[in-house]
Amino acid sequence: MLELTEIYKTFNPGTINEKKALCGVSLNMREGDFVTVIGGNGAGKSTMLNAIAGVWPVDSGSIVIDGENVTGLPDFKRARLIGRVFQDPMTGTAATMQIEENLALAKRRGKKRGLRWEVTPAERDEYRERLKILNLGLEDRLTAKVGLLSGGQRQALTLLMATLQRPKLLLLDEHTAALDPKTAEKVLDATERIVTEHNLTTMMITHNMKDAIAHGNRLIMMYEGRIIYDVSGEEKKNLKVSQLLQKFEQASGEEFANDRMMLG
Amino acid sequence: MAAYFASLNPANLLGRFPAGIAQGLIWGLMALGVYITFRVLDVADLSVDGTFSTGAAVTVMLILGGMNPWVAMLCAACAGLIAGAVTGLLHTKLGIPAILAGILTQYALYSVNLMIMHMKANQAVSVDKYALVVSGRNVNHAILIGGILAIAVVLLLYAFFGTELGSALRATGCNPEMSKAQGININVMKVLGLALSNAMVAFSGGMAAQYSGFADVNSGRGAIVIGLAAVIIGEVIGEAVLGKRLNFLGRLFFVVVGGILYYLVYTLVLWLKIDSNLMKMFTAIIVAVFLAVPYLRGQAQSSFSRAGKMAARRGEGK
Repeated sequence: MLELTEIYKTFNPGTINEKKALCGVSLNMREGDFVTVIGGNGAGKSTMLNAIAGVWPVDSGSIVIDGENVTGLPDFKRARLIGRVFQDPMTGTAATMQIEENLALAKRRGKKRGLRWEVTPAERDEYRERLKILNLGLEDRLTAKVGLLSGGQRQALTLLMATLQRPKLLLLDEHTAALDPKTAEKVLDATERIVTEHNLTTMMITHNMKDAIAHGNRLIMMYEGRIIYDVSGEEKKNLKVSQLLQKFEQASGEEFANDRMMLG
Repeated sequence: MAAYFASLNPANLLGRFPAGIAQGLIWGLMALGVYITFRVLDVADLSVDGTFSTGAAVTVMLILGGMNPWVAMLCAACAGLIAGAVTGLLHTKLGIPAILAGILTQYALYSVNLMIMHMKANQAVSVDKYALVVSGRNVNHAILIGGILAIAVVLLLYAFFGTELGSALRATGCNPEMSKAQGININVMKVLGLALSNAMVAFSGGMAAQYSGFADVNSGRGAIVIGLAAVIIGEVIGEAVLGKRLNFLGRLFFVVVGGILYYLVYTLVLWLKIDSNLMKMFTAIIVAVFLAVPYLRGQAQSSFSRAGKMAARRGEGK
């Protein structure tokens, strides 16, 4: 479903701020794979996700989604294949627009937008049904402005928007990191439910190793722009946080002392 | 002083109000264009100073050439559409900041407008010779036509922003990141918004030229500030009248109301025998004050000096 081949990306090349963010990342995801991505700060996790989403062009390498080479397409043209949830709950929704208007925007992801009405009564019923799965009572507030919602509610709504049109690939960029633990748990539950229900091919970045182990069927660890550890199946199921830490030390040759890569 | 007040005639003021309303309706249409860029797209577009004159120039020259005034105004709108698209392309394709792109277009339009008017700064069009859409000589008729057009444009805009395309435009102004993730080409939306806005401004310019009976190369100077004044006055009044019930349709409606109120104040200032050249300064002050109000209100609730005072008061209490 997703094929990354030898992806390289350097930011600010030739300047004092030069940063080799991705150094030959290759990855193959099969349909229905749920991959969790871990790694320290600056390891290249978000950069890899942004490369897949098409936020900027890569320096070299190719990105193929569902058999289609999208390397030369900007993000808004890849949007028909990809659903995205961002780290910042403010990023994924339009605050001054209503809940149903936001959903209607997502409903037309990758489709031609013309002069038909944005929200039709039939769609409204559909949105109400879909919102129920979030368990947040949003189904009764279709015409409320999204700016009135809490961060957790907005993130849950973004998740629903990303999956309203079944995406070929769902990208979650630490989408629970900015939420309080209880809300994060709820959003993660909703994620698990939606991904399972629609059998979505999913990539989820997380800083929480327990979450990385508990969710998905495959786990990859990144370090300095490379994938240094890739585990799936039974081996991943039986993984322990302590083993992950050990792997990290082995691969990076460093004492593990990253403050943000917490045990959770 | 007494002589000054004695020279003011209240009946005269009332007599001038209808003209103020007519002009306010015409400029209200322009303000609706400014609303699209300033509020919906979140861009301060300065090309309108140029496109307003362009609309006036195109309309008057075409009418002088024998064209039907309504058709001439539509042509003016098309000219504004193109000028707005130029600003949009300067911004999105060449990476020029939106505000500078607008200034460049506006600057270039000064020459373009002179060319349209055969290198004359002023071209008259007489209501006696041509069947103009509106004229300052028949104010009641101008109010009727202006009112109908204003209502029609408000309803059309409201409908447009309820469509898929209109929603994509609103989303682009509200959250570009999210819009891209939903597959919206935000550059196309920006060009579309700027083109639409300037088309309306040029249309209004064509109407204003007929109302005054001439097209002037400087008629659009400061149009952006008057447009902003109308938008902001309309918002303040709208929120005061309707409060939380002020929806999008109401907001558009009150933009036109803002234009009318602006021209009523303008009429009052003239009646007070204040030099009309000072009006630009007053307008700028009004806009600055109204733009500052939301910020200052926020500051009053949360600022360092307030926090400092609170802390000091607490210290005394101990």
